[in-house]
Amino acid sequence: MSVIEVSELRKSYGGRAVVDGVSFAVEEGEIFGILGPNGAGKTTTVECIEGLRTPDAGRVRVTGLDPVADQEAVTRVLGVQLQESELQAKLTVREALELYAAFYPDPADWRVLAERLSLTGKLGTRFAKLSGGQQQRLFIALALIGNPKVVVLDELTTGLDPRARRDTWELIEDVRAGGVTVLLVTHFMEEAQRLCDRIAVIDGGRIAALDTPAGLIRRSAGGTVISFTPSAPLDDGELAALPAVTSVGHKDGRITLAGTDETVNAVITLLARSRVTAHQLRVVDATLDDAFLDLTAGNLTNGAAR
Amino acid sequence: MSTAAVLKTESRLFGREPGTLFWVLAFPTLLLVILGAVPDFREAQDSLGGLRTIDLYVPVAVLLGMIVAGCQAMPPVVTGYRERGILRRMSTTPVRPSALLSVQMGLHGAAALVSVLLSLAVGRLVYDVSLPRQVFGYVLALLLAVAVALALGALLSALCRTQKIATAVGSAVLFPMMFTAGVWLPVQAMPDVLARIVEVTPFGAASQALAEATAGDWPAWSHLGVLALWTAVLTGAAVRWFRWE
Repeated sequence: MSVIEVSELRKSYGGRAVVDGVSFAVEEGEIFGILGPNGAGKTTTVECIEGLRTPDAGRVRVTGLDPVADQEAVTRVLGVQLQESELQAKLTVREALELYAAFYPDPADWRVLAERLSLTGKLGTRFAKLSGGQQQRLFIALALIGNPKVVVLDELTTGLDPRARRDTWELIEDVRAGGVTVLLVTHFMEEAQRLCDRIAVIDGGRIAALDTPAGLIRRSAGGTVISFTPSAPLDDGELAALPAVTSVGHKDGRITLAGTDETVNAVITLLARSRVTAHQLRVVDATLDDAFLDLTAGNLTNGAAR
Repeated sequence: MSTAAVLKTESRLFGREPGTLFWVLAFPTLLLVILGAVPDFREAQDSLGGLRTIDLYVPVAVLLGMIVAGCQAMPPVVTGYRERGILRRMSTTPVRPSALLSVQMGLHGAAALVSVLLSLAVGRLVYDVSLPRQVFGYVLALLLAVAVALALGALLSALCRTQKIATAVGSAVLFPMMFTAGVWLPVQAMPDVLARIVEVTPFGAASQALAEATAGDWPAWSHLGVLALWTAVLTGAAVRWFRWE
C-alpha cells in the first residue's frame, strides 16, 4: 500500500482551478519531491494531504486514511512543516519542543532532535529572537517530534545558509533511513536532485512529469551537450545525421551538439573515422535545472501572474 | 493531557505580558485606591441614598478588569495567533486549535476574576466597603458579566483580521464599555433616563445587578436577562464569523 495516494485531485479558488487533476502515489520509505514554479499548485496539493484544505474533487489518502474525515488519526502519523507559520513570540525553544511533544502519543525525545538540529544552545531563547534559520530548524524539529510515519516538508531549506542546508539534507536522509516517508515541496533543484528518489513536476495545477531525477534529465530535450573545436572542417549534414542529435551549432569554429550518451559515442567514432582531432572536447550533462525549465517552459512567462 | 500542556504553556506566556497583567489585575484596584484617597468620596451622600461614592466604585472596578480583559487584552492575542499561522500549525497536530482558544478565554476570564477579588478585598480592607450581602446573586451576576466580556472579546477576535486592527478596535470599544460600566459616572448616580438606556447595555446591566446584590437584594431578572441575551448574541455572532485562518 502506498503511504500517500492522491488521485484526480482538484481544487479551485474563485472559479480558477489551482489544482487540476493531480495524481501520484508515494511509496513507503521514499523521498518524493514536488517541484514546480510559484503558483503551480504545489502548496495547495500538500495542504489537501495535510487536511488543511478540503478537495473539490478527487481522492487523498495518507496511510489509507482520509485527511479530512479522519483528520485526528492522520495528524498522528503525519509530521508537517508549513511554508509560512510562526510560533508564539515569547515561547522558548524548549517550551515549544515540550509543548508539541505533549501533543503526540509516542513522541521522539526532543533533546535528541534539538541536538541533531543544533538547537541545544538556543533552548532558552524565545521564538521571536531566533534567526530565520533557527526558526526553520525548530519547525523541522516540530515536524519530526511526533515520530511520524510520513513528513511533509514545504520549502525545507528556505532561509538556511549553505552549511545548515547540507546538514539538513543529511538529517532528512537519516530520517528516511529510519523508515520515515518524506514528501518534499521545493523549487530548489540541487535539493531535489540530491534528496529525491522520484519527483513530480507540477505546472499549472497539473503534473507535467513524474520520474526519477535522472529520468527527468534524460527525457528533457538536449540531455547531453558536446562541444569541441575540430582540427579540420566537418560536414554539417553528417553531424546532424548522428543518432539522437537534436541540434547542431557553430560559433567561432567551435561545434556544439545536443543529444544523448549515444551521440557522444557516435561523435567519437565519426572523428576517428575522419581522422579529425577534437580540441577542447567538453561533454556536459544537462542538469535538473535544464529539465525543469524544459518541462515548464510554456508557462514560465506568465508564472508571475498565476 | 495535551490540553493541559496547552494550558501550562499559555499560562506561562500570559505571565510574560506585563501590559495585560497591569491593566487587568492591577489597574482597577489602583483606580479604586486613588478615588478612595479623595476625602469627599468617603462621605455619605444623601443623593446616593446614604452611600459613599467609593461604595459605588467597587462594582465599577470589578467590571473594569473584565472589560479590559475582553476588549483590550484577548482579541490581539487571538488574532495574532491566527495571523501568524499558529492556529494553522496546531491544526496539523492531534490537538485541535480550538483548545488554544478555550485556554485563552479561560485565562482571561480567570485573570478578570482575580482582579474582582483584589478590588473587593481592597475596597473592604482599605475603605471599609461592605462585601456583597446577596452572595449567590452576586456570583451569578459576576459570572454572567465575565461571560459577556469574553463573548465580546471573541466577537472582536472574529471580526478583526489582524492584530493591529484588533488592538485599535479593542481600544475604541473599550471606552463606551467603560462608560456604560460607570467608570466616569456610576450607573446608580446617572440621571434616570440615562440609567434606563445604559441598563440595556451589557455592562450597564451588570453594574445594576452587582449593585443590587451588594445591597442584599436578588439582582433583577431583567438585568440578568439582558446579560444572558448579550452573551448569547455575541457568542453566536463570534461563532458565525470566526475564521481559523
